[in-house]
Amino acid sequence: MSTTTNRVLPEGLPAPSQDGLARPYWDGTRQGRLVIQKCRGCGRHQWGPEWVCHRCHSFDLGWEEVAPRGRIWSWQRPHHPVHPALNGHTPYTIVLVELPHADGVRMVGNLICAPDAPVTIGAEVEAVFEPHDEADPPYTLVQWRVRGG
Amino acid sequence: MSERTLRGKVAIAGVGETTYYRHGQSPDAEFKLALQAILAACRDAGIDPREVDGFASYGDDRSDGPRLAASLGIRELRFSNMHWGGGGGGVAAAVANAGAAVHSGMANCVIAFRSLAQGQFARYGRSRTGAAAVGDDAFLAPYGLMSPAQRFAMKITRFMTDHGIRHEALRAIAMASYHHAQNNPNAVMRGRPLTEEKYDASRWIIEPFHRLFDCCQENDGAGAVLVVPADRAKDLPHKPVYLLGAAQGGHHRSAAPVHNAPDYASAHFKTVAKNLWEMARLGPQDCDVVQAYENFTGGVLLSLVEHGFVDPARANEQLVLENLLVGGTGTMPMNTSGGNLAECYMHGLEMVNEAVRQLRGTAINQVAGANVVAVLGGPMVTPVSSLVVGTEAAL
Repeated sequence: MSTTTNRVLPEGLPAPSQDGLARPYWDGTRQGRLVIQKCRGCGRHQWGPEWVCHRCHSFDLGWEEVAPRGRIWSWQRPHHPVHPALNGHTPYTIVLVELPHADGVRMVGNLICAPDAPVTIGAEVEAVFEPHDEADPPYTLVQWRVRGG
Repeated sequence: MSERTLRGKVAIAGVGETTYYRHGQSPDAEFKLALQAILAACRDAGIDPREVDGFASYGDDRSDGPRLAASLGIRELRFSNMHWGGGGGGVAAAVANAGAAVHSGMANCVIAFRSLAQGQFARYGRSRTGAAAVGDDAFLAPYGLMSPAQRFAMKITRFMTDHGIRHEALRAIAMASYHHAQNNPNAVMRGRPLTEEKYDASRWIIEPFHRLFDCCQENDGAGAVLVVPADRAKDLPHKPVYLLGAAQGGHHRSAAPVHNAPDYASAHFKTVAKNLWEMARLGPQDCDVVQAYENFTGGVLLSLVEHGFVDPARANEQLVLENLLVGGTGTMPMNTSGGNLAECYMHGLEMVNEAVRQLRGTAINQVAGANVVAVLGGPMVTPVSSLVVGTEAAL
């Protein structure tokens, strides 16, 4: 785990509403921890947050820290700014990261890389926690970078 | 027990559409466009609009059925149906839902329609600004993942990478739509042909597989079809177009949150296509024409693969322009009026109308002797839906 103040994307994009169901995830990110749902009924992870375990239908869903590592399952590099805040700040890279040690759940984030860097499906990545302390309320995003890259 | 099926039970007796416009160019309000298309479909079918007793739509259409019924002086409203899901995933389902209502006796004469004036409301390709991101978007929008193209792009990246499919295959899909639109007086992109050079030089929307011409337009207009019992269709002016197969839905957890569908690199037609062909008692080899909804050309590729029209191992050879055109040596004429890309992005309703014209033998780019047409609705969302329609010879 590491932190950075260099943000991938400019200010002005929508902030995440850190709502009731997902609250433990957002609280975890503020502490630099990746915390996701793990069912107390069947012991399996799921993501995104749900009200019920899709496997065993238990409502007893706990939250557990998982290692902030994964591998790139897919990627995209948007050039067209679909939000005014992105004008002049494209392209940027979005990755879908699979966490093999957490039942293969996938997370979406930005890959910290040069705008023309090649991206390889299957590459090992690690989380980089990106705090937005000045936001009201403050929040932290989870970005990714290639391990050893 | 009698067989539970819609095969041959209902028919499309009328089709209607408005002038199609670039977004923001319609002189008429969205609701008025809906009325125009519905009246045109009734006129085409030779049926008094007051006889319509049901409305089915999709994509959160704003022109709601009860209000249409009041405006048109409908005598009795018996069926009102909105199919879940945004975009064009529900286009074939709306027609099938109308058919199910008619076949079950819940209604007699049902309009399936879509009206859309994107210039008058929010556009799809621009994100809303200001508000905090809630639900799934809380995990997506802060990372700059907001538009439909971005929601689907990573499915396409993975599938094409896994199977070694080249961007040229998607270029052929785009060029086929533009090619067919050039003869169509109601096509928004008529007079603007697409060449390989123009496509290759077009700007990136998203790397690695979305250039400008891989993405649909945004438009204003409306389209409608009128669905009646098969027996009744025989007494109406046009050759009946029978519904042979219809299916909708998605495979296991295809709508899982935050891009967690287990089988992710998919258009979500895997189970739907199986059910479609089973009801139709036909397969892709039996189809004379394909109308495949292009939100993005990569989605067309996935739809074609999942319906069995294209083998991923041979996609680079099958998806070449010559194979997709009417009147040449092609084996799979596709999007014969210009499709979403070049006729009009009417959320696929324009493709249902074109399927009907092909089967009546009145299409502008007519496939000679067409008896069976597949309409593959908007891919990569959930629920998706598709349709097989045919002439009496296909029954």
